[in-house]
Amino acid sequence: MRRAVITASATAAGVVLLLSLKPHDPAATHAISSANTNANANSGTGGGGSSGSGATDAAQGADASARTVTGSAVNTRYGPVQVKVTVTGGKISRIDVVQYPTRDRRDREINEYAVPVLNQEAIAAQSADIDVVSGATYTSDGYTRSLQSALDQLGK
Amino acid sequence: MTAKHVEHVMGTVFSFTVRDPGPATGAALRRAVQRLHRIDALFSTYRPESEISRLDRGELALAEAGPEVRWVLERCAELGAETGGYFTARPGGRLDPSGYVKGWAVEEAARTLRESGSAQHCVSGGGDVQTAGGPWRIGIADPHRAGAVARVVTGHDLAVATSGTAERGPHVIDPHTGLPAASFASLSLVGPHLARLDALATAAFAMGAPRALPWLAARGVRALAIHPDGRQETTEGWH
Repeated sequence: MRRAVITASATAAGVVLLLSLKPHDPAATHAISSANTNANANSGTGGGGSSGSGATDAAQGADASARTVTGSAVNTRYGPVQVKVTVTGGKISRIDVVQYPTRDRRDREINEYAVPVLNQEAIAAQSADIDVVSGATYTSDGYTRSLQSALDQLGK
Repeated sequence: MTAKHVEHVMGTVFSFTVRDPGPATGAALRRAVQRLHRIDALFSTYRPESEISRLDRGELALAEAGPEVRWVLERCAELGAETGGYFTARPGGRLDPSGYVKGWAVEEAARTLRESGSAQHCVSGGGDVQTAGGPWRIGIADPHRAGAVARVVTGHDLAVATSGTAERGPHVIDPHTGLPAASFASLSLVGPHLARLDALATAAFAMGAPRALPWLAARGVRALAIHPDGRQETTEGWH
């Protein structure tokens, strides 16, 4: 399983996080998920050849069945954020946001739900390899930390 | 090989990407991160013991403040004059130079990496980006579409600062009216140095359409405005 974890970490390192916005959307009360449809394209952003070889090793060594790990709930100034990671064949195949801020005392006027998604969707949509995103912040902090804690659990 | 690091500091997430890592990179990243925590300890408005909080409460005289705090507040005063008061270190009345400090902190972290010998790196903090070397491809988040990028800026030694209502609601206050400024969905500035861009983005956002873009263009700053209706408008020379 160790090799699979290396792959998962490399994939996550290549992920640039974004916040998606669903103003006034009642559907936002449900968990948001991002399916990783092209892990290789994603890991190529930051990992270069090393993550590619890691993916090969992991595909050989990992159980083909899906494994799900829920990260810690991370408190941000906007409220708790928690993600659930599904690993299939040694790769992150899905990330669900199971908990995210809905209202904040300091920003009472905000009536939008901010949830993070994987920027990879945008990368795939544009066929563009993007190094970094401007204009994406805050809740991604908790998202990153919860994701990291899930990856740490996979490493045990 | 690429070295990456993510650090949670100043109430947001900072990410580091070093494309030319060497033996000194680990130590350089640690120094850069220490620098950010030091800046947070001095400038945080959420820490009652920070110099900024003590200045605000009148417990610390400006002359007694550390050189970095005095230097930053001088820059804020200059930017306040340059922007006709649209940038201020006292938004809402309390001393809060965060509109300059975040971009400056990112620049300082990048400088730490440069001084360690890196010529190819990218530092982002709270959605503001400073790069060295390149080419880097910097996506600008689309405030209207989930997970999408509105534009991609490619270049060398670029900084990009984005101000917007998208993530935090209308949080930029027009200091002249005291009301939230909401004329743009987002406003992104491109230039060489992030600290100044960050402050100008805040000021121009508060200034609003139709003044902001001509005002920025007159300063040689490239800008992309995304309007509430989704229309995109750029200064001349934007690619």
